Amino acid sequence: MVAGAVVAAGVLAACDAKSEAQPLILATTTSTQDSGLLDVLLPRFAAAHKVQVKVIAVGTGEALAMGARGDADVLVVHARAAEDEFMAKGNGSLRLDVMYNDFLLLGPATDPAKVKGLDPVAALKRIAESGSTFVSRGDRSGTHEKELDLWQAAEVTPAGKPWYLSAGQGMGETARIATEKRGYMLADRATWLTLKQGLELVPLGEGDKRLFNPYGVIVVNQRKLPKVRGEAATAFARWLVSAETQKLIGEFGVDRFGQRLFVPDARPGPAPAAPAAP
Amino acid sequence: MSPIAEGLAQAFSLIVRGDPGLLRVIWLSLWATGIATTVAMVVGVPTGVFLALRRFPGRNLFVTFVNAGMGIPPVVVGLLVFLLLARSGPLGGLDLLYTPTAIIVAQVIIATPQVIGVTIAGIQGLDERLVLQIVSLGAGRAQLYLKLVREARVAVLAALAAGFGAIISEVGAVMMVGGNIQGQTRVMTSAIVLETRQGNFAMAIALSIVLLVIALVINGAFTWLQQRRPR
Repeated sequence: MVAGAVVAAGVLAACDAKSEAQPLILATTTSTQDSGLLDVLLPRFAAAHKVQVKVIAVGTGEALAMGARGDADVLVVHARAAEDEFMAKGNGSLRLDVMYNDFLLLGPATDPAKVKGLDPVAALKRIAESGSTFVSRGDRSGTHEKELDLWQAAEVTPAGKPWYLSAGQGMGETARIATEKRGYMLADRATWLTLKQGLELVPLGEGDKRLFNPYGVIVVNQRKLPKVRGEAATAFARWLVSAETQKLIGEFGVDRFGQRLFVPDARPGPAPAAPAAP
Repeated sequence: MSPIAEGLAQAFSLIVRGDPGLLRVIWLSLWATGIATTVAMVVGVPTGVFLALRRFPGRNLFVTFVNAGMGIPPVVVGLLVFLLLARSGPLGGLDLLYTPTAIIVAQVIIATPQVIGVTIAGIQGLDERLVLQIVSLGAGRAQLYLKLVREARVAVLAALAAGFGAIISEVGAVMMVGGNIQGQTRVMTSAIVLETRQGNFAMAIALSIVLLVIALVINGAFTWLQQRRPR
Protein backbone atom coordinates (compact mmCIF):
# COMPACT_ATOMS: atom_id res chain seq x y z
CA MET A 1 0.00 0.00 0.00
CA VAL A 2 2.84 2.30 0.89
CA ALA A 3 4.49 1.34 -2.39
CA GLY A 4 1.33 2.13 -4.29
CA ALA A 5 0.92 5.42 -2.50
CA VAL A 6 4.48 6.47 -3.24
CA VAL A 7 4.22 5.44 -6.88
CA ALA A 8 0.92 7.30 -7.15
CA ALA A 9 2.42 10.31 -5.45
CA GLY A 10 5.40 10.08 -7.77
CA VAL A 11 3.15 9.90 -10.81
CA LEU A 12 1.05 12.84 -9.67
CA ALA A 13 4.11 14.84 -8.82
CA ALA A 14 5.59 13.91 -12.19
CA CYS A 15 2.51 15.26 -13.96
CA ASP A 16 2.81 18.52 -12.05
CA ALA A 17 6.45 18.80 -12.88
CA LYS A 18 6.31 17.69 -16.48
CA SER A 19 7.31 21.08 -17.72
CA GLU A 20 10.51 20.69 -15.76
CA ALA A 21 11.57 17.12 -16.38
CA GLN A 22 10.52 13.53 -16.71
CA PRO A 23 10.60 11.62 -13.43
CA LEU A 24 13.66 9.63 -12.55
CA ILE A 25 12.85 5.91 -12.25
CA LEU A 26 14.32 4.25 -9.19
CA ALA A 27 14.13 0.46 -9.05
CA THR A 28 14.71 -0.79 -5.54
CA THR A 29 13.98 -3.58 -3.11
CA THR A 30 10.78 -3.87 -1.15
CA SER A 31 12.78 -3.57 2.09
CA THR A 32 13.83 0.04 1.50
CA GLN A 33 10.31 0.85 0.40
CA ASP A 34 8.41 -0.94 3.19
CA SER A 35 10.59 0.53 5.91
CA GLY A 36 9.43 4.00 4.90
CA LEU A 37 12.98 5.24 4.35
CA LEU A 38 12.28 6.40 0.81
CA ASP A 39 9.27 8.41 1.98
CA VAL A 40 11.69 10.44 4.07
CA LEU A 41 14.48 10.77 1.50
CA LEU A 42 12.79 11.28 -1.84
CA PRO A 43 10.81 14.48 -1.16
CA ARG A 44 14.03 16.15 -0.01
CA PHE A 45 15.85 15.10 -3.17
CA ALA A 46 12.92 16.27 -5.29
CA ALA A 47 12.94 19.64 -3.56
CA ALA A 48 16.69 20.09 -3.85
CA HIS A 49 17.11 18.98 -7.45
CA LYS A 50 13.70 19.70 -9.01
CA VAL A 51 13.50 16.09 -10.19
CA GLN A 52 10.72 13.75 -9.16
CA VAL A 53 11.63 10.14 -8.41
CA LYS A 54 9.28 7.35 -9.36
CA VAL A 55 9.86 4.23 -7.25
CA ILE A 56 9.41 0.70 -8.52
CA ALA A 57 9.75 -1.65 -5.55
CA VAL A 58 10.71 -5.16 -6.65
CA GLY A 59 13.18 -7.85 -5.64
CA THR A 60 16.88 -7.18 -6.09
CA GLY A 61 17.09 -9.55 -9.06
CA GLU A 62 14.22 -7.86 -10.84
CA ALA A 63 15.62 -4.39 -10.10
CA LEU A 64 18.93 -5.35 -11.72
CA ALA A 65 17.07 -6.82 -14.71
CA MET A 66 15.15 -3.55 -15.10
CA GLY A 67 18.44 -1.69 -15.09
CA ALA A 68 19.96 -3.98 -17.68
CA ARG A 69 16.98 -3.34 -19.98
CA GLY A 70 17.18 0.41 -19.42
CA ASP A 71 13.73 0.43 -17.77
CA ALA A 72 15.14 2.16 -14.70
CA ASP A 73 17.60 5.02 -14.37
CA VAL A 74 19.01 4.25 -10.96
CA LEU A 75 18.96 1.21 -8.66
CA VAL A 76 19.23 0.76 -4.90
CA VAL A 77 19.79 -2.95 -4.28
CA HIS A 78 21.48 -5.41 -1.95
CA ALA A 79 23.24 -8.29 -3.67
CA ARG A 80 26.93 -7.50 -3.87
CA ALA A 81 27.92 -10.36 -6.20
CA ALA A 82 25.11 -9.60 -8.64
CA GLU A 83 25.87 -5.88 -8.45
CA ASP A 84 29.52 -6.48 -9.35
CA GLU A 85 28.46 -8.63 -12.28
CA PHE A 86 26.08 -5.89 -13.42
CA MET A 87 28.96 -3.40 -13.38
CA ALA A 88 31.34 -5.81 -15.10
CA LYS A 89 28.90 -6.13 -18.00
CA GLY A 90 29.02 -2.37 -18.46
CA ASN A 91 25.35 -1.91 -17.48
CA GLY A 92 26.20 0.65 -14.83
CA SER A 93 28.29 3.80 -14.97
CA LEU A 94 28.67 4.30 -11.21
CA ARG A 95 28.25 2.16 -8.11
CA LEU A 96 28.52 3.48 -4.56
CA ASP A 97 28.02 1.92 -1.14
CA VAL A 98 25.10 3.61 0.60
CA MET A 99 24.18 1.86 3.81
CA TYR A 100 23.56 -1.49 5.38
CA ASN A 101 20.92 -3.00 7.56
CA ASP A 102 21.59 -6.11 9.57
CA PHE A 103 20.15 -9.41 10.61
CA LEU A 104 19.77 -10.74 14.12
CA LEU A 105 19.82 -14.26 15.42
CA LEU A 106 16.68 -14.59 17.52
CA GLY A 107 15.78 -17.34 19.92
CA PRO A 108 13.98 -18.21 23.14
CA ALA A 109 15.19 -16.42 26.26
CA THR A 110 16.15 -19.81 27.74
CA ASP A 111 18.69 -20.18 24.88
CA PRO A 112 18.83 -24.00 25.00
CA ALA A 113 21.81 -24.21 22.63
CA LYS A 114 23.76 -21.56 24.59
CA VAL A 115 24.53 -19.37 21.59
CA LYS A 116 24.23 -15.92 23.18
CA GLY A 117 27.18 -13.75 22.23
CA LEU A 118 28.67 -16.26 19.78
CA ASP A 119 29.43 -15.21 16.24
CA PRO A 120 26.65 -16.29 13.84
CA VAL A 121 28.56 -19.19 12.29
CA ALA A 122 29.59 -20.68 15.64
CA ALA A 123 26.02 -20.15 16.87
CA LEU A 124 24.53 -22.10 13.97
CA LYS A 125 27.04 -24.90 14.53
CA ARG A 126 26.00 -25.03 18.19
CA ILE A 127 22.32 -25.09 17.25
CA ALA A 128 22.94 -27.98 14.85
CA GLU A 129 25.05 -29.93 17.35
CA SER A 130 22.47 -29.58 20.10
CA GLY A 131 19.63 -30.34 17.70
CA SER A 132 17.77 -27.20 18.82
CA THR A 133 14.81 -26.12 16.73
CA PHE A 134 15.61 -23.62 13.97
CA VAL A 135 12.83 -22.08 11.90
CA SER A 136 13.78 -21.07 8.38
CA ARG A 137 11.87 -18.75 6.07
CA GLY A 138 12.37 -21.39 3.39
CA ASP A 139 10.94 -19.09 0.72
CA ARG A 140 14.09 -18.06 -1.19
CA SER A 141 13.83 -14.51 0.09
CA GLY A 142 16.91 -12.39 0.75
CA THR A 143 16.77 -13.40 4.40
CA HIS A 144 16.58 -17.06 3.45
CA GLU A 145 19.58 -16.69 1.12
CA LYS A 146 21.53 -15.03 3.93
CA GLU A 147 20.64 -17.87 6.28
CA LEU A 148 21.77 -20.47 3.72
CA ASP A 149 25.11 -18.65 3.31
CA LEU A 150 25.63 -18.80 7.06
CA TRP A 151 24.80 -22.53 7.20
CA GLN A 152 27.29 -23.09 4.43
CA ALA A 153 29.93 -21.17 6.37
CA ALA A 154 29.10 -23.33 9.40
CA GLU A 155 29.53 -26.45 7.23
CA VAL A 156 26.10 -27.72 8.22
CA THR A 157 23.47 -29.06 5.83
CA PRO A 158 20.27 -28.37 7.76
CA ALA A 159 17.76 -29.44 5.10
CA GLY A 160 15.81 -32.51 6.16
CA LYS A 161 17.05 -32.48 9.76
CA PRO A 162 14.25 -33.03 12.28
CA TRP A 163 15.17 -29.85 14.19
CA TYR A 164 15.13 -27.68 11.04
CA LEU A 165 11.68 -26.34 10.21
CA SER A 166 11.19 -24.81 6.79
CA ALA A 167 8.16 -22.55 7.06
CA GLY A 168 7.91 -21.34 3.48
CA GLN A 169 6.27 -18.15 4.73
CA GLY A 170 7.03 -14.51 5.45
CA MET A 171 8.93 -13.08 8.39
CA GLY A 172 5.87 -12.58 10.57
CA GLU A 173 4.61 -16.15 10.28
CA THR A 174 8.13 -17.53 10.69
CA ALA A 175 8.62 -15.53 13.88
CA ARG A 176 5.29 -16.78 15.19
CA ILE A 177 6.32 -20.38 14.54
CA ALA A 178 9.70 -19.78 16.21
CA THR A 179 7.90 -18.43 19.28
CA GLU A 180 5.56 -21.41 19.49
CA LYS A 181 8.28 -24.00 18.86
CA ARG A 182 10.83 -22.22 21.07
CA GLY A 183 13.16 -22.15 18.10
CA TYR A 184 15.91 -19.96 16.69
CA MET A 185 15.59 -17.88 13.55
CA LEU A 186 17.24 -15.16 11.49
CA ALA A 187 15.37 -11.86 11.09
CA ASP A 188 16.21 -8.46 9.70
CA ARG A 189 16.30 -5.67 12.24
CA ALA A 190 13.48 -3.58 10.78
CA THR A 191 11.05 -6.51 10.77
CA TRP A 192 12.14 -7.57 14.25
CA LEU A 193 11.54 -4.10 15.68
CA THR A 194 8.14 -3.95 14.03
CA LEU A 195 7.01 -7.41 15.16
CA LYS A 196 8.67 -7.99 18.50
CA GLN A 197 5.61 -7.23 20.61
CA GLY A 198 3.81 -10.49 21.20
CA LEU A 199 6.77 -12.66 20.30
CA GLU A 200 8.63 -14.61 22.95
CA LEU A 201 11.97 -14.20 21.21
CA VAL A 202 15.10 -12.29 22.19
CA PRO A 203 18.11 -11.21 20.13
CA LEU A 204 20.97 -13.62 20.84
CA GLY A 205 23.44 -12.58 18.17
CA GLU A 206 23.93 -9.28 16.36
CA GLY A 207 26.59 -6.86 15.19
CA ASP A 208 28.78 -9.41 13.39
CA LYS A 209 29.92 -8.37 9.92
CA ARG A 210 28.53 -11.60 8.48
CA LEU A 211 25.04 -10.44 9.51
CA PHE A 212 25.30 -7.20 7.54
CA ASN A 213 23.25 -6.60 4.44
CA PRO A 214 24.90 -3.86 2.38
CA TYR A 215 22.95 -1.70 -0.06
CA GLY A 216 24.53 -0.03 -3.05
CA VAL A 217 23.28 2.57 -5.50
CA ILE A 218 23.96 2.00 -9.19
CA VAL A 219 23.56 4.53 -11.99
CA VAL A 220 22.50 2.74 -15.16
CA ASN A 221 24.97 3.33 -17.99
CA GLN A 222 23.57 5.93 -20.38
CA ARG A 223 26.24 5.20 -22.98
CA LYS A 224 24.95 1.61 -23.27
CA LEU A 225 21.27 2.38 -22.70
CA PRO A 226 20.62 5.80 -24.25
CA LYS A 227 17.12 6.32 -22.83
CA VAL A 228 18.54 6.46 -19.33
CA ARG A 229 18.59 9.85 -17.67
CA GLY A 230 22.19 9.58 -16.67
CA GLU A 231 22.75 13.09 -15.38
CA ALA A 232 19.84 13.15 -12.95
CA ALA A 233 20.57 9.54 -11.92
CA THR A 234 24.16 10.42 -11.11
CA ALA A 235 22.99 13.43 -9.15
CA PHE A 236 20.69 11.15 -7.15
CA ALA A 237 23.47 8.65 -6.41
CA ARG A 238 25.83 11.42 -5.31
CA TRP A 239 23.08 12.94 -3.20
CA LEU A 240 22.47 9.58 -1.43
CA VAL A 241 26.09 9.39 -0.30
CA SER A 242 26.37 13.07 0.64
CA ALA A 243 27.07 13.77 4.29
CA GLU A 244 23.64 15.33 4.80
CA THR A 245 21.68 12.40 3.35
CA GLN A 246 23.86 9.89 5.15
CA LYS A 247 22.92 11.63 8.38
CA LEU A 248 19.22 11.33 7.49
CA ILE A 249 19.68 7.60 6.83
CA GLY A 250 21.42 7.13 10.17
CA GLU A 251 18.63 8.91 12.02
CA PHE A 252 15.80 7.12 10.25
CA GLY A 253 13.70 4.97 12.60
CA VAL A 254 15.17 6.32 15.82
CA ASP A 255 12.01 8.26 16.65
CA ARG A 256 9.81 5.20 16.12
CA PHE A 257 11.98 2.34 17.38
CA GLY A 258 14.58 4.01 19.57
CA GLN A 259 17.31 2.76 17.27
CA ARG A 260 18.33 3.14 13.67
CA LEU A 261 17.29 0.67 11.00
CA PHE A 262 19.99 1.45 8.45
CA VAL A 263 23.60 2.29 9.06
CA PRO A 264 25.05 4.83 6.62
CA ASP A 265 28.02 3.28 4.90
CA ALA A 266 29.18 5.67 2.18
CA ARG A 267 32.88 6.27 1.59
CA PRO A 268 34.36 8.81 1.92
CA GLY A 269 32.30 10.04 4.79
CA PRO A 270 31.52 9.00 8.31
CA ALA A 271 33.23 5.70 9.16
CA PRO A 272 30.85 2.75 9.26
CA ALA A 273 29.82 2.04 12.81
CA ALA A 274 28.40 -1.08 14.38
CA PRO A 275 24.61 -1.16 14.50
CA ALA A 276 23.12 0.43 17.56
CA ALA A 277 22.58 -1.90 20.48
CA PRO A 278 18.93 -2.44 21.36
CA MET B 1 7.42 -24.01 -24.97
CA SER B 2 5.00 -21.84 -23.03
CA PRO B 3 5.32 -21.75 -19.23
CA ILE B 4 2.02 -23.61 -18.90
CA ALA B 5 3.01 -26.44 -21.25
CA GLU B 6 6.45 -26.60 -19.68
CA GLY B 7 4.93 -26.69 -16.20
CA LEU B 8 2.51 -29.42 -17.22
CA ALA B 9 5.29 -31.54 -18.73
CA GLN B 10 7.47 -31.18 -15.64
CA ALA B 11 4.47 -31.80 -13.40
CA PHE B 12 3.75 -35.14 -15.07
CA SER B 13 7.40 -36.05 -14.77
CA LEU B 14 7.28 -35.30 -11.02
CA ILE B 15 4.17 -37.44 -10.62
CA VAL B 16 5.47 -40.34 -12.72
CA ARG B 17 8.85 -40.32 -10.96
CA GLY B 18 7.09 -40.27 -7.59
CA ASP B 19 9.06 -37.24 -6.36
CA PRO B 20 9.64 -37.77 -2.60
CA GLY B 21 8.71 -34.17 -1.71
CA LEU B 22 5.49 -34.51 -3.66
CA LEU B 23 4.61 -37.86 -2.06
CA ARG B 24 5.30 -36.55 1.43
CA VAL B 25 2.91 -33.61 0.94
CA ILE B 26 0.23 -35.87 -0.55
CA TRP B 27 0.58 -38.37 2.28
CA LEU B 28 0.31 -35.66 4.96
CA SER B 29 -2.81 -34.26 3.31
CA LEU B 30 -4.53 -37.62 3.04
CA TRP B 31 -3.50 -38.64 6.54
CA ALA B 32 -4.80 -35.46 8.23
CA THR B 33 -7.95 -35.25 6.12
CA GLY B 34 -8.64 -38.97 6.57
CA ILE B 35 -8.45 -38.76 10.35
CA ALA B 36 -10.47 -35.55 10.44
CA THR B 37 -13.19 -37.02 8.19
CA THR B 38 -13.33 -40.16 10.35
CA VAL B 39 -13.72 -38.11 13.53
CA ALA B 40 -16.34 -35.92 11.85
CA MET B 41 -18.21 -39.09 10.83
CA VAL B 42 -18.08 -40.70 14.26
CA VAL B 43 -19.29 -37.51 15.91
CA GLY B 44 -21.47 -36.13 13.14
CA VAL B 45 -23.57 -39.07 11.91
CA PRO B 46 -24.99 -40.13 15.33
CA THR B 47 -25.54 -36.48 16.22
CA GLY B 48 -27.32 -35.92 12.94
CA VAL B 49 -29.56 -38.97 13.41
CA PHE B 50 -30.31 -37.96 17.00
CA LEU B 51 -31.21 -34.40 16.01
CA ALA B 52 -33.38 -35.67 13.17
CA LEU B 53 -35.43 -38.01 15.37
CA ARG B 54 -35.59 -36.55 18.84
CA ARG B 55 -37.39 -33.49 20.07
CA PHE B 56 -35.97 -31.76 23.15
CA PRO B 57 -35.73 -28.21 24.50
CA GLY B 58 -33.05 -26.24 22.68
CA ARG B 59 -33.08 -28.58 19.70
CA ASN B 60 -33.97 -25.86 17.22
CA LEU B 61 -31.19 -23.67 18.56
CA PHE B 62 -28.77 -26.58 18.18
CA VAL B 63 -29.87 -27.22 14.60
CA THR B 64 -29.52 -23.52 13.87
CA PHE B 65 -25.95 -23.64 15.12
CA VAL B 66 -25.26 -26.67 12.94
CA ASN B 67 -26.63 -24.92 9.88
CA ALA B 68 -24.62 -21.80 10.67
CA GLY B 69 -21.59 -24.01 11.20
CA MET B 70 -22.00 -25.40 7.69
CA GLY B 71 -21.39 -21.93 6.36
CA ILE B 72 -18.68 -20.81 8.75
CA PRO B 73 -15.67 -19.41 6.88
CA PRO B 74 -12.73 -21.79 7.43
CA VAL B 75 -10.39 -18.89 8.20
CA VAL B 76 -12.57 -18.03 11.19
CA VAL B 77 -12.15 -21.62 12.40
CA GLY B 78 -8.43 -21.18 11.78
CA LEU B 79 -8.35 -18.05 13.93
CA LEU B 80 -10.34 -19.73 16.69
CA VAL B 81 -8.06 -22.78 16.80
CA PHE B 82 -5.00 -20.52 16.58
CA LEU B 83 -6.12 -18.46 19.58
CA LEU B 84 -6.99 -21.57 21.59
CA LEU B 85 -3.75 -23.42 20.90
CA ALA B 86 -1.22 -20.54 20.88
CA ARG B 87 1.13 -20.62 23.82
CA SER B 88 -0.56 -17.55 25.23
CA GLY B 89 -3.99 -19.15 24.73
CA PRO B 90 -6.08 -21.33 27.09
CA LEU B 91 -4.75 -24.60 25.64
CA GLY B 92 -1.23 -23.30 25.08
CA GLY B 93 0.26 -25.79 27.50
CA LEU B 94 -0.45 -28.61 25.06
CA ASP B 95 2.10 -27.25 22.55
CA LEU B 96 -0.18 -28.18 19.68
CA LEU B 97 -0.03 -25.10 17.46
CA TYR B 98 1.88 -25.75 14.20
CA THR B 99 1.49 -29.51 14.48
CA PRO B 100 -0.55 -31.93 12.32
CA THR B 101 -2.87 -32.30 15.32
CA ALA B 102 -3.76 -28.60 15.10
CA ILE B 103 -4.63 -29.09 11.42
CA ILE B 104 -6.83 -32.07 12.27
CA VAL B 105 -8.60 -30.11 15.04
CA ALA B 106 -9.41 -27.27 12.63
CA GLN B 107 -10.54 -29.72 9.94
CA VAL B 108 -12.82 -31.57 12.37
CA ILE B 109 -14.45 -28.28 13.35
CA ILE B 110 -14.98 -27.39 9.70
CA ALA B 111 -16.23 -30.83 8.58
CA THR B 112 -18.45 -31.90 11.49
CA PRO B 113 -21.27 -29.39 10.91
CA GLN B 114 -21.31 -30.43 7.24
CA VAL B 115 -21.73 -34.08 8.23
CA ILE B 116 -24.37 -33.34 10.87
CA GLY B 117 -26.36 -31.01 8.62
CA VAL B 118 -26.52 -33.31 5.61
CA THR B 119 -27.30 -36.33 7.86
CA ILE B 120 -30.24 -34.50 9.47
CA ALA B 121 -31.63 -33.67 6.05
CA GLY B 122 -31.19 -37.26 4.88
CA ILE B 123 -32.83 -38.89 7.89
CA GLN B 124 -35.71 -36.43 7.93
CA GLY B 125 -36.23 -37.14 4.26
CA LEU B 126 -37.09 -40.77 5.06
CA ASP B 127 -40.71 -41.85 5.25
CA GLU B 128 -41.91 -41.30 8.83
CA ARG B 129 -43.79 -44.57 8.75
CA LEU B 130 -40.46 -46.34 8.40
CA VAL B 131 -39.51 -45.40 11.96
CA LEU B 132 -42.82 -46.70 13.31
CA GLN B 133 -42.42 -49.88 11.32
CA ILE B 134 -38.90 -50.55 12.59
CA VAL B 135 -39.89 -49.81 16.19
CA SER B 136 -42.98 -52.01 15.93
CA LEU B 137 -40.74 -54.87 14.83
CA GLY B 138 -39.12 -54.63 18.27
CA ALA B 139 -35.89 -52.83 17.40
CA GLY B 140 -33.95 -51.10 20.18
CA ARG B 141 -32.74 -47.56 19.75
CA ALA B 142 -29.28 -48.61 18.50
CA GLN B 143 -30.82 -50.98 15.97
CA LEU B 144 -33.23 -48.27 14.86
CA TYR B 145 -30.43 -45.75 14.32
CA LEU B 146 -28.33 -48.27 12.44
CA LYS B 147 -31.22 -49.25 10.21
CA LEU B 148 -32.10 -45.62 9.48
CA VAL B 149 -28.50 -44.81 8.57
CA ARG B 150 -28.55 -47.76 6.17
CA GLU B 151 -31.79 -46.54 4.68
CA ALA B 152 -30.43 -43.01 4.39
CA ARG B 153 -26.99 -44.09 3.23
CA VAL B 154 -27.17 -42.00 0.09
CA ALA B 155 -27.49 -38.88 2.20
CA VAL B 156 -25.00 -40.04 4.83
CA LEU B 157 -22.36 -40.74 2.19
CA ALA B 158 -23.09 -37.37 0.65
CA ALA B 159 -22.52 -35.92 4.11
CA LEU B 160 -19.11 -37.58 4.34
CA ALA B 161 -18.21 -36.47 0.82
CA ALA B 162 -19.21 -32.91 1.73
CA GLY B 163 -17.07 -32.97 4.87
CA PHE B 164 -14.10 -34.49 3.10
CA GLY B 165 -14.36 -32.09 0.19
CA ALA B 166 -14.56 -29.10 2.49
CA ILE B 167 -11.29 -29.91 4.23
CA ILE B 168 -9.06 -31.49 1.57
CA SER B 169 -9.40 -28.29 -0.48
CA GLU B 170 -9.10 -25.86 2.42
CA VAL B 171 -6.01 -23.67 2.68
CA GLY B 172 -6.56 -20.69 5.01
CA ALA B 173 -7.12 -22.46 8.30
CA VAL B 174 -4.55 -25.13 7.50
CA MET B 175 -1.86 -22.49 6.97
CA MET B 176 -2.82 -20.51 10.06
CA VAL B 177 -2.73 -23.41 12.51
CA GLY B 178 -0.30 -25.71 10.69
CA GLY B 179 2.30 -23.15 9.66
CA ASN B 180 3.10 -24.86 6.35
CA ILE B 181 6.23 -26.48 7.85
CA GLN B 182 7.98 -28.69 5.32
CA GLY B 183 7.55 -32.40 6.05
CA GLN B 184 5.34 -31.75 9.07
CA THR B 185 2.37 -29.55 8.29
CA ARG B 186 2.81 -28.74 4.62
CA VAL B 187 -0.23 -30.17 2.90
CA MET B 188 -1.24 -30.06 -0.75
CA THR B 189 -3.13 -26.78 -0.66
CA SER B 190 -0.56 -24.83 1.34
CA ALA B 191 2.24 -26.29 -0.81
CA ILE B 192 0.45 -25.10 -3.95
CA VAL B 193 0.32 -21.56 -2.51
CA LEU B 194 4.02 -21.62 -1.63
CA GLU B 195 5.24 -23.14 -4.90
CA THR B 196 3.18 -20.68 -6.93
CA ARG B 197 4.58 -17.73 -4.96
CA GLN B 198 8.10 -18.94 -5.66
CA GLY B 199 7.40 -19.50 -9.33
CA ASN B 200 7.81 -23.31 -9.09
CA PHE B 201 4.83 -23.87 -11.35
CA ALA B 202 5.73 -27.49 -12.14
CA MET B 203 5.37 -28.55 -8.51
CA ALA B 204 2.24 -26.42 -8.09
CA ILE B 205 0.64 -27.95 -11.18
CA ALA B 206 1.64 -31.48 -10.14
CA LEU B 207 0.03 -30.98 -6.73
CA SER B 208 -3.08 -29.49 -8.30
CA ILE B 209 -3.46 -32.46 -10.63
CA VAL B 210 -3.08 -34.89 -7.73
CA LEU B 211 -5.55 -32.90 -5.64
CA LEU B 212 -8.11 -32.98 -8.46
CA VAL B 213 -7.59 -36.71 -9.02
CA ILE B 214 -7.97 -37.44 -5.30
CA ALA B 215 -11.18 -35.40 -5.15
CA LEU B 216 -12.50 -37.29 -8.20
CA VAL B 217 -11.54 -40.73 -6.86
CA ILE B 218 -12.97 -40.11 -3.38
CA ASN B 219 -16.21 -38.70 -4.76
CA GLY B 220 -16.33 -41.54 -7.27
CA ALA B 221 -16.01 -44.04 -4.42
CA PHE B 222 -18.76 -42.34 -2.44
CA THR B 223 -20.98 -42.30 -5.48
CA TRP B 224 -20.31 -45.98 -6.11
CA LEU B 225 -21.21 -46.82 -2.49
CA GLN B 226 -24.36 -44.74 -2.78
CA GLN B 227 -25.54 -46.25 -6.00
CA ARG B 228 -24.43 -49.87 -5.89
CA ARG B 229 -27.70 -51.30 -4.56
CA PRO B 230 -30.39 -49.14 -6.04
CA ARG B 231 -33.71 -49.60 -4.36
